[in-house]
Amino acid sequence: MNKMTAIKTDSDKTRAEFDKWFDERFEFKMKEMAENKTPSMAIIATKGTLDWAYPPFILASTAAALGWEVSIFFTFYGLLLLKKDLSDLKVTPVGNPAMPMKMPFGSESFQNINWPIPNAASSVIPGFENLASSLMRQTFKNKGVASIDELRELSLDADVSMHACQMTVDVFGFSENDFIDEVTSYCGAASFLPNAQKSDVTLFI
Amino acid sequence: MDAVIDHTTELDARGLNCPLPVLKTRTALKALSTGDVLKMISSDAGSVNDIEAFCTQTGHGLLSSDQLGDDYIFHIRKA
Repeated sequence: MNKMTAIKTDSDKTRAEFDKWFDERFEFKMKEMAENKTPSMAIIATKGTLDWAYPPFILASTAAALGWEVSIFFTFYGLLLLKKDLSDLKVTPVGNPAMPMKMPFGSESFQNINWPIPNAASSVIPGFENLASSLMRQTFKNKGVASIDELRELSLDADVSMHACQMTVDVFGFSENDFIDEVTSYCGAASFLPNAQKSDVTLFI
Repeated sequence: MDAVIDHTTELDARGLNCPLPVLKTRTALKALSTGDVLKMISSDAGSVNDIEAFCTQTGHGLLSSDQLGDDYIFHIRKA
């Protein structure tokens, strides 16, 4: 009896050899598929303040630089990040006790002082929001952090697709003219969710 | 010590903070041809890990990663 016949007549052994072949082949194919797959990320951007404008654009531009396919769905206050003019993005320490109030000028020890400004004062001083916003812009600039304009431009340059929530555009009374021409689509949750379903990374910011 | 490696282009990203060194590196590599070498200088300590991860993910070859004073110097071969 030759070897082949022996294997065929011994079903347990045949099964074991097949399982071994399948496991190896399966592992190989899974690895091949993982290597050939382009990673993807879907972000839902919901905040429109100067500070919260950073995370979606930093993550999107970096993921795109890594070769990932990236899409962002801008909804509610996040829509402000698609406006042509980003110079009016604001930040305020009012109601945000985690936000340090530091000066972007003077000696290093002066710059490190965290100014304890109570909500009662910062919420009634006229123009306080503008002051806090320009201080943050200047601090970021001093530290070599990109502006939101720059990060958005780099994201677009790297083919990040940007979708605007049509419902919020209507509710907030915006028009498509308020937004950059590069907006990929004006759509709803039903359009974006199937995209997010297929993404490796999904973030709600 | 800075590795002595022939390079096609040099990118000075000193003074820029995360994620700009990586983004500018990507843009600079885009303009090069396969096999060309980019020398990138950064002052951001995070670049050491970030540039390595960038190269691993994108397939570009990280030929060297050195520190010279406050500068971090990388040589990257375009894939």
